[in-house]
Amino acid sequence: MHDKKDRKPGEIEIADQILHDHNHDGIDRRGFLKCMAWAGTGAFCVMKGGVLSSYSLGRPSDIEKHAAKGELTFVQISDSHMGFDKAANPDVVSTFKAAIDKINALAAPPAFMLHTGDISHLSKPAEFDTVDQLLKTASAKDVFFVPGEHDVLNDDGKQYLERYGKGSQGAGWYSFDNKGVHFVGLVNVLNLKAGGLGSLGADQLEWLEKDVKHLSKSTPIVVFAHIPLWSVYPEWGWGTEDSAQALSYLKRFGSVTVLNGHIHQTMQKVEGNITFHTACSTAFPQPKPGEGPSPGPLKVPAEQLRSVLGITDVNFVHGRHALALTDSDLV
Amino acid sequence: MKNKLWIVAAFVLVIALGISVGLRAYAAPVDPKGTSGTVVKIDNFSFSPASITVPVGTTVRWTNADDIPHTVVSDDKTTFKSKALDTDEQFTYTFTKPGTYSYFCSIHPKMTGTIVVQ
Repeated sequence: MHDKKDRKPGEIEIADQILHDHNHDGIDRRGFLKCMAWAGTGAFCVMKGGVLSSYSLGRPSDIEKHAAKGELTFVQISDSHMGFDKAANPDVVSTFKAAIDKINALAAPPAFMLHTGDISHLSKPAEFDTVDQLLKTASAKDVFFVPGEHDVLNDDGKQYLERYGKGSQGAGWYSFDNKGVHFVGLVNVLNLKAGGLGSLGADQLEWLEKDVKHLSKSTPIVVFAHIPLWSVYPEWGWGTEDSAQALSYLKRFGSVTVLNGHIHQTMQKVEGNITFHTACSTAFPQPKPGEGPSPGPLKVPAEQLRSVLGITDVNFVHGRHALALTDSDLV
Repeated sequence: MKNKLWIVAAFVLVIALGISVGLRAYAAPVDPKGTSGTVVKIDNFSFSPASITVPVGTTVRWTNADDIPHTVVSDDKTTFKSKALDTDEQFTYTFTKPGTYSYFCSIHPKMTGTIVVQ
């Protein structure tokens, strides 16, 4: 499709992405997936000495050497937006499958997976069903969920609770322990107020305070929720209005890790004893905070829609940036 | 008998015309100058225009032009409340009482708007 003689100067790297154009439509699906790989992956988390390190699944060689040293490994996936079919990614099933393939390719299966919300795009039963079916093919059988705002549309989260809320409290929050690590799943996508941010609410805060009260301060804590529990970019709603109170209950602990989704890109921040991470989406990228008119899906211009050049370009550039952030070691 | 049929036919025609005129009036903006209107576009995670002034009885229509679903919900969450609107889906509400109605997207609460009904 793109022979060397057709290339213009400067197009070499991009054209190299097109390797298999089986459908003769200008889209190399393998290349597309390869370039979406950064978005189609999750974060591989290793607990070592009570401290969590996070690695991109896009770099399996990094993972293997670190995983062996950890006492607990798990994977975070996020924002699968099943049902989304717009230009930014018309095939969210394939990218979700690509994420699972990466998980299954790990030498040792992770203990479990966390899905940090926006499982579905429109809260449709069929969308949840598709994700559930695909997750059954993963090597890690246990998946712990928290809802994103896309999972609680139209019914204040009733369907979500029926599907994923077994054994949870309130709108779906819960905690569990694994190998001495205390995991807390929080819900911050319901009862949002006009002009406001994500919200935990008084009931959940009260529960959280009680939930961690009995723990010794040396217990490693991992908190996961959909919307970031730190102010990434409040102008776009990328924050949680009462997260400071939640985090105040965790100040006495030696090691606290907060895992979020929602912003479709990786970011990390260390604040005292608390390390914050956000995960990529398995569906589509979103712009960096404040770049562009809105936090909507990053998409290629219409004229490039059928061309892998545009898709590759956008995803490749942002992918490299995102990976550069993810690869940093937090220890 | 024949006369009666004609009368019925004329009646049907008048009603049909009335409906089509009514529909057209409903679709057109109240103020052709564009300072106020009955259509609010949802685009780039914002309501546009963010604030409009309309006479009592106006039906306002919101259309979602984003790739992401949005809702249109009055601040009190009871006066009006749309379902999640996917791309190109619409919500309409007829304002029958004067007042200032603030609303937001309950999924992305940073998105806010106001309808002033006079």
